[in-house]
Formats: sequence, structure tokens, C-alpha cells
Amino acid sequence: MERRVIFSGWLFPAALLLPQLTVTLVFFFWPAAQAIRQSVERQDAFGLSTVFVGFDNFLALFADPDYLASFATTALFSAAVALLALAPGLLLAVMADRVVRGAAIYKTVLLLPYAIAPAIAGVLWMFLFNPSIGVLAAALRRLGVDWNYLLDAPQAILLVILAAAWKQISYNFLFFLAGLQSIPPSLLEASAIDGASPRRRFWTIVFPLLAPTSFFLLVVNIVYAFFDTFGVIHNVTQGGPGKATEILVYKVWYDGIVGLDLGGSAAQSVILMAIVIGLTAIQFRFIERRVHYA
Amino acid sequence: MPIKILAAVAALLAATVRPAFAEPIELQWWHAMTAVNGERIGKIAADFNATQGDYKVVPVFKGSYAETMTGAIAAFRAGNPPHIVQVFEVGTATMMVAKGAVKPVYQLMADAGEPFDPQSYLPAVTGYYSTADGKMLSMPFNSSTPVVYWNKDAFKKAGLDPEKPPKTWPETFEAAKKLRAAGMPCGFTSAWVSWIQIENFSAWHNLPIGTKANGLEGPDAELTINNPTVIRHVANLAEAQKDKSFDYGGRTTEPEGKFTSGECGMIQNSIGFYGAVKAGAKFAWGVTELPYYPDVKGAPQNSIIGGASLWVMAGKKPEEYKGIAKFFGYLSTTPVQEAWHEATGYLPITKAAYEATKASGFYEKNPGTETAIKQMTNKPPTDNSRGLRFGNLVQIRDVIAEDLENAFAGKATAQQALDDAVRRGNAMLRQFQKTMQ
Repeated sequence: MERRVIFSGWLFPAALLLPQLTVTLVFFFWPAAQAIRQSVERQDAFGLSTVFVGFDNFLALFADPDYLASFATTALFSAAVALLALAPGLLLAVMADRVVRGAAIYKTVLLLPYAIAPAIAGVLWMFLFNPSIGVLAAALRRLGVDWNYLLDAPQAILLVILAAAWKQISYNFLFFLAGLQSIPPSLLEASAIDGASPRRRFWTIVFPLLAPTSFFLLVVNIVYAFFDTFGVIHNVTQGGPGKATEILVYKVWYDGIVGLDLGGSAAQSVILMAIVIGLTAIQFRFIERRVHYA
Repeated sequence: MPIKILAAVAALLAATVRPAFAEPIELQWWHAMTAVNGERIGKIAADFNATQGDYKVVPVFKGSYAETMTGAIAAFRAGNPPHIVQVFEVGTATMMVAKGAVKPVYQLMADAGEPFDPQSYLPAVTGYYSTADGKMLSMPFNSSTPVVYWNKDAFKKAGLDPEKPPKTWPETFEAAKKLRAAGMPCGFTSAWVSWIQIENFSAWHNLPIGTKANGLEGPDAELTINNPTVIRHVANLAEAQKDKSFDYGGRTTEPEGKFTSGECGMIQNSIGFYGAVKAGAKFAWGVTELPYYPDVKGAPQNSIIGGASLWVMAGKKPEEYKGIAKFFGYLSTTPVQEAWHEATGYLPITKAAYEATKASGFYEKNPGTETAIKQMTNKPPTDNSRGLRFGNLVQIRDVIAEDLENAFAGKATAQQALDDAVRRGNAMLRQFQKTMQ
């Protein structure tokens, strides 16, 4: 059954839409248009002179091996963050779902990391693992690990992945838990009566029914890894050692704000925008079809 | 503390006693100074405000050097820049070409009719911030140069003479090995690797960092740091990194803690670190000159400055410029400079302040404090050691640091790392040259 509201004129619905449209235009479309305009210009730091350069900024980017390397770093980083944030989130949700006594306490504690801003999370992990002053760094050394992420690239990547993923586990936990609780208990009871083991029940009933949630979270986590992890990188490694942890969004910031190369930075933003639009479109078009919606 | 409170009370009284019609004109001063240095800035402003009632200098801390500079640029683009902004020496080229965005200091002083004699400033300092024909564009403020700090207690423990720090690089590496052998977690470290181990290393050995007198003579300069001496030095550092007799600790000031905590026996760092060591080190320590390779002809030459200068932004009212000129005049007075120099370790900017500090016996009572100025004026500067002026130097420094990291991690040889730094650095120089046209 469908419910429909019929408006007699167009003025009132337009007025209702106006606030949302204004916000979208001012905060999304206008900056995006600005970025596109700046990406075809070359400007000095102070904005005193502006020259139209066509696609020069883009050509310069793709001729730059550092930029191409940053793509590979970003792909590895995003995939690892999404995986490491989703799997423990699901595990914790399944376990918390079974808890009978003190469930609220477990849930609250598990949610705490989400309340921490990425920048703070970065500082926190930096203090734990800093080769000079970190508590855990000292412990690692005592175990014989030569811990120095300032020079060791794999260690640096591992550290920022862990810091970024850790923060997102809570968010995933929350959504998985909600997903689990919406699965009708009668299905599980029926299969239990049929003699299915808990493991079998999970993989044949729970997991497929969680697919919509998982799919949604996958998109959210990848977008998070792409854009919201700037604070973690900035506070822990500043993109180093070398350029080992310079993900695309960090390079946008670095070239624009530190390097004051606004044209090059804008060109990178435009590319990033295209990537995200493409990624989202692909995911919704192709992956969604295979998702089993209850 | 009581003096500070007194000063505040005095300022408050002065403000209330004055008739209400003369509201002082506020002058925003954005800076990047922390700890002891930041406190001194607050004191300079408060003291200046107490000497007169027409202007009120308001210091605002804006984060790191890079953040302060980009903050001011963003504010300029938005049409509301601060009056005075502290810009680190690597930002000099960017500020210089921004003709419509800054007001040159020589012009500011002339317009305001404030007495101003460029000859009274130390040429080693002002040369960096002047045009080719000697016109001062910005006001030198905190000028520094790298020196060596050593931990005397650690030296004693390692069987080294605590009063005799190593003079040359071979001696430095040897001392560092002994410190490691005596159980120190690290022999020596270096802050600001690009500035100290490449730029100052080159000047100190009378080697060019780039063509065109290190860029002072034109924006079409190219980097030349992949020369045999620098390659040998980076290879030595990378070798020492293996056994931690040299231990890399980050690109800018991050390694400082490794020295004050007693982890490293020596650190090469800015003389501006002096105040922090004095306040934080729980061991006997000293300051000495940078080491050199004795087989390099002409070494040691002289080191070059770092630190920052104060730039005046364009588009302000004439009466505000009058106030800034007055403040710069106050800043250059001998007592202010002397106090700043003695508290922070930064170089005095006027000859008179240097002479006054000497006469006061401060250098005898605080051994090492004269090291920086002596090292900078060691020999008359050559084209290789007068200074450097490269566009995009902020990024070029990061490029150099990245490549050094690759060398220290053993991912690249010293030759590969420096070749790569030259290639990428030159690309940034060309890009800057394009935005100038």
C-alpha cells in the first residue's frame, strides 16, 4: 500500500525543499565548482595573479611518479582499513548480541572509540608507539622488535591502518548489532530445532541476512578511509617515511596548504571526486544486485 | 612570576588611568613560538604596550611555522590579514615575490618617519631578508643557526673527555660509537635534517647548495646537492644509522626529546633550542660548533641562518603602519634585543646588542652562547655561504627529508637518494618559477 501526499500548488513543496537544496548548493556544489575552476588555473600563493592553463595541472600530476605511487598506497590503505574495521566489528557484534547480563555496559564501552576524533586517535596512537617516548614502542623493543616507524615504511603503514581501523570498529559494531537484532528469532530457532550448529546458523542464515548492512558499511568504510583518515596520518606519520603513508587526500592537503600550489591541489580534488563518484556508482549498480535483501 | 604580574598590573593601571577617548589601535602579530620563546614574545608585546598608549600589539600563536604562514596567506586571500606575521626563512622567497601582499620594511620605516639605519643590523642576518641592492624587506626577528649540544655526563660515562666535544665528523662518528658502546640507546641525532645535514653542511664546507649563488641571484637556480662530499656524508650517516650511533628521529623538531631525555649523547639543532635545554635537561651539557670533514678544502667556512623574520602585510591603514614602525623601532632597541638573545639563544639582530651582551660578561658566564654568532661570522661569506633563496623551499625540504629517510632506511644508496632529491627539487623550483610569471 502506498501513501501519497498531494499538494495543490508547487510553492509549498518548493519551500519545504529549499533549506536542503540551499545547503547542498552552498556546501557541496559551489565548492565542487570552485575546485573544477581552480584545477584549470595556475595561481600564486596570494591569489595576486591567475593564469588559465587548461589541463596542465592534470598532465603534470600523471607525469609525477609520486602521485601514481600515492594511488597504490591509498588502495592498500583503504582496503586494509575497511577489512580490519569490518571483521572485528562483526565479531564483537555477534558476541555482544549473545550477552544477556550487563549488555548495555558492553555496548557502551565498545562504542567509546567512535566518540574520539580522528586527530585525537592519531595523537593517542602516536604517543603509544612513538619510537622515542611510546610505552608500547618500549615494550616492543624489549621483545626484540626493532620498532622505528619513522624509518621503517611497513611499520608506519601498519600503524596508521591500525589507528584508522580501530576508530571505525565501533561504528561498524553498532550497525552490525542493529542488523543482528532485526533478524527474526523464529528463523534461528527453526534451524536450531533442525539440528544446525551455531556456526552453520551464522553462515547460512545470519550472514546472508546481514548482507545489506555489510554492503552499506563497506561503502561507508571505504569513503571513511579515503577522506576521514587525514587526522590520523597527519598526527602519526605526516605521510612519511619517504612517501610511504601519503594517501591521496593527504597529498591534496599538503600540496594545497603547505605547498600553496592551489591549481595542482584542486586538480587532485577533482580526480578524487571522480573516483568517489565512480566507486559509489559501481558499488550500487553491480554489488547491490547480488545483495540479498530480506 | 611576580614580575609578570606586576607588569600586567602596571599595564592595566596605565590603561585605566588614561582618558577614555584614546582607544589604542590594535596590531595583530601572528607568530609560531612555543615554550620559553612564546613567553618572551608575550613579554615583548606587553612591555611595548606599557611604554605608550597609542598602539596595542596583540600576539597570537598560530601553530607551526608552516601553519602560521599559510594562515596569514589564507587571511590575506579572505581580505583580512594580520598586521605582522612571523615567517620562517624558507618562506622568504614566497613572501618576496608577493609584491602586492606585503609592505617592505624599508618603505614602512620611511613612510612613518621612524629612525631606521640598516647599517646598525648584523649583515649576516639582514642579507637574508634584503633585496640585491640592500633594501630590507622584512624585519629579522629570531635568527638562528645550527650548533651541537652534547651531554657531558654521557661523555664521562663513555670514557670521553666531557670538556672536549668532537671537532670533526670522523671524531663525531667515533664518539657516537663509544656512546653506544657505553650503553646509550643512541649516539647522536639531528633535528631539521635538510637544513642542518644538507644546507648548512654545504655552507660550512663552502659547497654550493644550488647554482646562481644558492638562488640569491635568480629564480632559475638548480640544486647541486648530489656532489661527492654530500653523498659521502649521507652515506656515513646511513651507515651510522645501522648501529644507532646516529639515530634519525624525525624531520623537524621531533628529535629534540631524544636529547633532553638523555637518550642521545649529542644533537645537532638550532641555537633556538638553547632555552629549552636549559629548562629541561637534567644533566651537564655544552654547546659547540658544527663538525666538519678536515680533508674538504676551505672547511669550516661559515654557517647560514634559519629562524624567522617579521613581514608586514599590505592593505592596512597609514596610522596602523605608523604603529608597526614604532614597534619595530622598539624591537630593535638594545635592551630588548639583549634580553631576547640571552633568554632564547637566538642571535641578536643589531651590532649594538651583540656588543652590549659581550660587555655584560654574559658569554663568559654562559659558555656556548656565543657559539652561534661566532660560527656564522667565522669567515667572510662566499657565494656558497651567504644564504639561500629557493621558491617552494618548504616542499623541497620535505623532498630532501623524504629521500634522506630512504637512505637511512637502506632503501636507497646515498647517491640514489640525493639524485632523486635534486630531480624532484628542481621540478619544484621550475614550478615556482612558472607562478612568478
